Amino acid sequence: MLEYRVEIALWAISGIIPFFMLNIWTNNNLNESINISDLMLSRYFLCAFFVRQFSVVWVVFSFEEDSLMGKVSPYLIQPLNPFLRYFAQHLAEQITRFPFALIIAFFFFIFNPESIWIPNIGILFLSTISTFLSFLIQFLIQSIVACLCFWTEKASSIERLLFIPTLFLSGLLAPVVSFPEYVKSWIYLTPFPYLIDFPANLLSGNKTNIIGGFSMQILWILLLFPVFKKIWYEGTKKYTAMGS
Amino acid sequence: MNLRKYLKVYTKFLHTSIASELEYKTNILIDLITAILSLIGSIFLLSIFFQNNGTIGGWDFEQALIIQAIYTILNGITNTWFNPNLTEIVKHIREGTLDFVLLKPIDSQFFISLKKITPSGFLEIILGFCLLFYCIKINHININTSFLILFLITIICSICILYSLWFFISTTTIWFVKTWNATEVLRSFLYIGRFPLNSFSFSLRIFFSVFIPIAFITTIPSEVFLGLSQSWKIMLEVVVAIIFIFTSRKFWLFALKYYSSASS
Repeated sequence: MLEYRVEIALWAISGIIPFFMLNIWTNNNLNESINISDLMLSRYFLCAFFVRQFSVVWVVFSFEEDSLMGKVSPYLIQPLNPFLRYFAQHLAEQITRFPFALIIAFFFFIFNPESIWIPNIGILFLSTISTFLSFLIQFLIQSIVACLCFWTEKASSIERLLFIPTLFLSGLLAPVVSFPEYVKSWIYLTPFPYLIDFPANLLSGNKTNIIGGFSMQILWILLLFPVFKKIWYEGTKKYTAMGS
Repeated sequence: MNLRKYLKVYTKFLHTSIASELEYKTNILIDLITAILSLIGSIFLLSIFFQNNGTIGGWDFEQALIIQAIYTILNGITNTWFNPNLTEIVKHIREGTLDFVLLKPIDSQFFISLKKITPSGFLEIILGFCLLFYCIKINHININTSFLILFLITIICSICILYSLWFFISTTTIWFVKTWNATEVLRSFLYIGRFPLNSFSFSLRIFFSVFIPIAFITTIPSEVFLGLSQSWKIMLEVVVAIIFIFTSRKFWLFALKYYSSASS
């Protein structure tokens, strides 16, 4: 992984959209209406950046390429689910990302020195867990989509479709509390706010329902895991290797 | 004579790439839904911004919708032409197939920039135009010829700048083979083209007009739409576009000198 330092640094830079959003929010005093101070909002978006960095998933694209190239066949013979292989890849890359994310945070604090804060160990621990759970939810959703490769061969367009609600509803561009009432009434039942909004609120010290958030995250994992097992089981039966 | 040859080659390109895209018909349907949802999503985001504020950076909600419409059109153009072709450059370089392109008796930049087409991007362009017509209606804009000509000029300049930005970034892979996701960085920067330039702080405004001229791409055509644009801004955009196109050409020829094909 260390071989691809530039690549990973570029991925880290490509995640800076939350900072542009922060700029729009504070520059137009939009946050006054939602009762979040500039300071808390800047912490929120910094945390959203971090959570996004450590929960981003691209297993569909890897799997689609491997499946189109016929590389899945040797993986299937091995006595290990190939998704564990992708899972390990993701974890390894997240660890290599850590220093780059820290550098970006460092620059952020240079420009916004007043927003420096140190979360206590307990909060840090809890938010790491919730970020990991958010990563797990996204990994499961994408793995389910990736398994559709067995039927359609091009699953990445479905993933792009699913990415749209993730982008707009997860809290990456605007905190979920700022959403209008008619969206807030149902959004907490979907997995989206638990992907970025919940861990970011937890880490930045904004108000959030800790127990409710964790239980929803675990509930979604428990719901998605059997779906993945089922679709994987059906898909491998359906699988016909390229050129056979 | 020469032009005719290029036109003929281009129709062949169109034919083959549309034929290959139609192999995946359900994909086109999914892409249509994606384009619609993404437009709804960005209007939703905009409505959050305007929830308790009348204006952002001096733009009303109805006026900001024009920027959204132009962004959608340009994004459609990016998805139709730039994205499929220019991400391919990276692949050509990594796998050494750029040799085959260079050997062809045709301009390599032409070949590499227009070979493929993704028809599902058209849907986004159409959506963008629908929104634009709606904006004309709600903003009570009278259309006349001088306005149309100015709009056409600015939008063509925007397309030129956008193309050159993509082309620059993709060409740098000749030196750094592994930077295929540099286009992803560009994509995330382009994202801010959805919002009026004035809604950003001063330093970011400078950054987005000098270093990466994203500001020019959507804000100036929208200002033309509202009749707010000063003529020096339009002139500036034309100059910037010409400089960008010209240097992208020079840069490509320069970069090719450094191209050492794979295994040689």
